[in-house]
Amino acid sequence: MFVLIVGCGRVGSAIAKRMIKQGHEVSVLDESEEAHALLDHDLDQTWEDSGGRFTVGTALEVEALDAAGIQQADVVVCSTDGDNTNIVVAQIARKRFQVPKVVVRVLDPYRADWYSQQGLHTVCPTQVAIEMLTEAVASDGEPPVAQIGV
Amino acid sequence: MYIIIAGAGKVGWNLARELIEDEHEVTVIESDRARYLTVEEELEHAIQHGDASELWVLERAGIVRADMVVAVTGDDEDNMLISQVAKEKYLVEHTISRVNNPRNLEHFELLGVRPVVSATDLILRLIEHEVPHHGLVHLLDLRQEQLEIIELEVAEGAPAAGKQIGELNLPEGCLVVSVLRDGTGFVPKADTLVQPGDEVLAVLSPGDEPDVVDMFAPRDNGDAGLIRRPAREP
Repeated sequence: MFVLIVGCGRVGSAIAKRMIKQGHEVSVLDESEEAHALLDHDLDQTWEDSGGRFTVGTALEVEALDAAGIQQADVVVCSTDGDNTNIVVAQIARKRFQVPKVVVRVLDPYRADWYSQQGLHTVCPTQVAIEMLTEAVASDGEPPVAQIGV
Repeated sequence: MYIIIAGAGKVGWNLARELIEDEHEVTVIESDRARYLTVEEELEHAIQHGDASELWVLERAGIVRADMVVAVTGDDEDNMLISQVAKEKYLVEHTISRVNNPRNLEHFELLGVRPVVSATDLILRLIEHEVPHHGLVHLLDLRQEQLEIIELEVAEGAPAAGKQIGELNLPEGCLVVSVLRDGTGFVPKADTLVQPGDEVLAVLSPGDEPDVVDMFAPRDNGDAGLIRRPAREP
């Protein structure tokens, strides 16, 4: 599976590393060169030696998406820190490049809900946090141990 | 009309002033707190602070009863999505969006957001109009309707020069709607003689443009193929 990850922050880089460990082909696009450091961290060898690709470019530039291999992508993950960028890139991936699967991070629960009704596969970390925190308030058991890392 | 304007930059603020003067009801939404406070001194209750791409902010501004949403923030993604949700979620009848970076124009189209206004594009067109490159000026493009209106200056020795309009083998659907000669415009008839130096306005579908250009203002093969328009007398 060829996975293109747009936006390489904490979330994007962690997904990228997990995917490459699972043996997928992974390409990462980020507007900042510095994001690459996150990809090398926690791996036994560098990101490129692990088989990963990294492209510096703006997600809304079609040339950048092309250079990052969107034409071959089986999955696109939109995980920049901007909801609006993610939603626009997801629509470009679907409507223009006909990527079979597009997953998009949307922090605003209302928009995540509406765009999922429009057919986008949205994931809303805010909503997940709301559920978990509400549940934690209601529960009287021991706090679960968090699993960190890739 | 009730009009919501997203973005209180120079464009949004001045637009709000004009529309309020024309007795429209206006709400401006601005996300930058400092800017909001500045504009609020003048617009008072007609401006709200918030991120117009968030649904609850639009709802607070009363988008469900808005007749028009104008998205003029400095951010193209915001403008695209504000217009998209206005139209598709809240069924607002009219939306107008500003394109900051003309390279994003294709994304607005992909998302079905129209009409759009691009200052850069407008200025480029004005430049083209003032300094035409090859005797051809785009006056109007109606993409959706697949129509455009162009202005051509008839070149010396062009196939159409010296012929009657009726004799020209124009593509189907292409119509010469006006001829400007010696400072006056008139609607040509089938027997109107086309003369070099005439400025011809034609309506056509964009695909026929090369054929029509070849007929009235064919490009030279040498020297970058430019036919310069002679300077007009003041």
